[in-house]
Amino acid sequence: MSGPAANCPSCGAPVKFLWSSAVQTTCEFCHSILVRTDVDLKKVGEVADLPADASPIQIGTEGVYQNKSFVVVGRIIYEYELGAWNEWHLIFNDGSSGWLSDAQLEYDLSWASKPPTPLPTGDFLHQGQTFQWNSKTFQVTSRTHAHYKGVQGELPFEYWDKSDVLFADLRTTSADFATIDYSENTPLLFIGRAVEFEDLHLKNLREFEGWT
Amino acid sequence: MAAVQAKSISCPNCGGPVQLRGFAHTLSVVCPQCLSVLDASTPEVQILQKFQGKTQVKPTIPLGTRGKIGDTQYEIVGFQVRQVDTGNDSYSWDEYLLFNPYQGFRYLTEYNGHWNFVQVQTALPEKLRARGKPAMRFGGATYLAFDSMEASTAYVLGEFPWKVQRGESVVCGDFVAPPAMLSSEATRGEITWSRAEYMTGAQVWQAFKLPGSPPPAYGIFANQPSPYGASVASSWSTWVWLNVALAALVFLFMNLAPGRTAFSDHYAYSQGATSLRSDNAFVTPAFQLDGRDSNVELSIHTDLDNNWAYFNFALINDKTGQAFDFAREVSYYHDSDGSEGSRNNSVIIPSVPSGQYYLRVEPEMDRGSPFMRYELELRRNVPNYGFFGLAALLLLIPPAFTTFRRGSFEAARWRESDYAPSTSSSGDDD
Repeated sequence: MSGPAANCPSCGAPVKFLWSSAVQTTCEFCHSILVRTDVDLKKVGEVADLPADASPIQIGTEGVYQNKSFVVVGRIIYEYELGAWNEWHLIFNDGSSGWLSDAQLEYDLSWASKPPTPLPTGDFLHQGQTFQWNSKTFQVTSRTHAHYKGVQGELPFEYWDKSDVLFADLRTTSADFATIDYSENTPLLFIGRAVEFEDLHLKNLREFEGWT
Repeated sequence: MAAVQAKSISCPNCGGPVQLRGFAHTLSVVCPQCLSVLDASTPEVQILQKFQGKTQVKPTIPLGTRGKIGDTQYEIVGFQVRQVDTGNDSYSWDEYLLFNPYQGFRYLTEYNGHWNFVQVQTALPEKLRARGKPAMRFGGATYLAFDSMEASTAYVLGEFPWKVQRGESVVCGDFVAPPAMLSSEATRGEITWSRAEYMTGAQVWQAFKLPGSPPPAYGIFANQPSPYGASVASSWSTWVWLNVALAALVFLFMNLAPGRTAFSDHYAYSQGATSLRSDNAFVTPAFQLDGRDSNVELSIHTDLDNNWAYFNFALINDKTGQAFDFAREVSYYHDSDGSEGSRNNSVIIPSVPSGQYYLRVEPEMDRGSPFMRYELELRRNVPNYGFFGLAALLLLIPPAFTTFRRGSFEAARWRESDYAPSTSSSGDDD
């Protein structure tokens, strides 16, 4: 799983990759945001200090979902009017990549999916609107304007210096979950499931003072 | 990696220390000293709301108490009093916020000694109608609409992962499938669904290892499980099994203790030509009745056809002359519409001592019916099936009673609902 090592172009510290297909990572030491090119790493920016967060998940947390093991290799932090949430980037043992969102300890797993029909633009997406995906009816339950607050670790694409972005969450009558991400010109669709903490069989979690 | 530290801040209003139990999840916290609501989302703590009220509320379960529900340990980190004021009616309930740093947030609500453990749901319920009421289908169960109300936050203590404000109100709706309840809360055009499970005060006291005893529960709560719900089904299945056992017992008696035939013979009756008291009266030969005092059954089998006969009997002890007098009528009529009566009849004489007996028989018939064949059979110690009938009737009492009690319980539950049945006959059923 461990990809080639390189050195941070900013501070010279070794940068190790957990995932060989990572497009972007951050330097643990100087917090530079590094993007991979054909030959080396290029510094594209710097992460401000990450906000204090109390997610029990961290880079290196391992878990199992539906008999596939995964490891957490990166994350994007979003902030909105009512708080913040983490999108943890997961690499499964078959090399595929997925996302675990942790919004105040409510967990959703999702995977990038190709929408069968083009998605509406943000202005034309309203609460209660429904879509048929994977022969299930997904209903828009929230529209959230969030801004990028920080990144950490390895990501499958370049993601930095973003401004306010619209997210729409969708749910079904079973525990299905989908999110439409308007951070690119073409909206991105992620489809997955709402999960309970114990469904993920997580190891290497953070510890909390006073809790065992 | 070092454990995430719990932090504490100082209140910008009174300067007192404010401890945070929910780590960075806490976005607002109430100063325990001056009761100001503080914004804890930024390092520069802002005052969101100063305390204006007069009365302070002390939660039944103190903040910081930990307890185990299911397999998860939770700490009570927040407390709200939520109030409903409909104009002519006002009531409130307590709502505790529970926190586990891995599992997240749950709620524990209390109203009049009735408790509910609540978890926010992400799956959407499906609208439908059931039993004449609006309902929601969720997770394989059907929840019936119970009531809806506007609830406002009347009092807050502790910390919350959102910016709490006194006076904030939301529109709530409750749907029940005891012991579960599905509730909606609408704010900012978004609906949050949560699912509650009923807990007794005793269960809460045990979960949080609280001293003393829980406050008593008054009335019947919307999703309180009926104490008769499960017992109705089980009492009827018990009833079925007891009847099977009873039938087996009857079968056993019929085969093992059919009674011993002490005497039997065939006779013919013919109308005496002259007098009313004809020669048809006779006595049988003597026969022996053995054993302890027990019953004797005399059966009469006739060939009557659209006719009747009347039998006077005396069972007479040969030695002492003690006589048991009794009589039976046999009548059997039939036409194209059906039949009435029977060709047979029997009589049981209880507690006949053992000894040598004979039977005096005096049959009577209408004058116009000259002839009848009949058989008399006298059996000692026959099982009394009447007791079995009585037993079957008595067995019916417990299931019928629990069924009635469940009906009364459900009626009382739904009286509190927005969907209470319109009562034409009021309140005379208890």
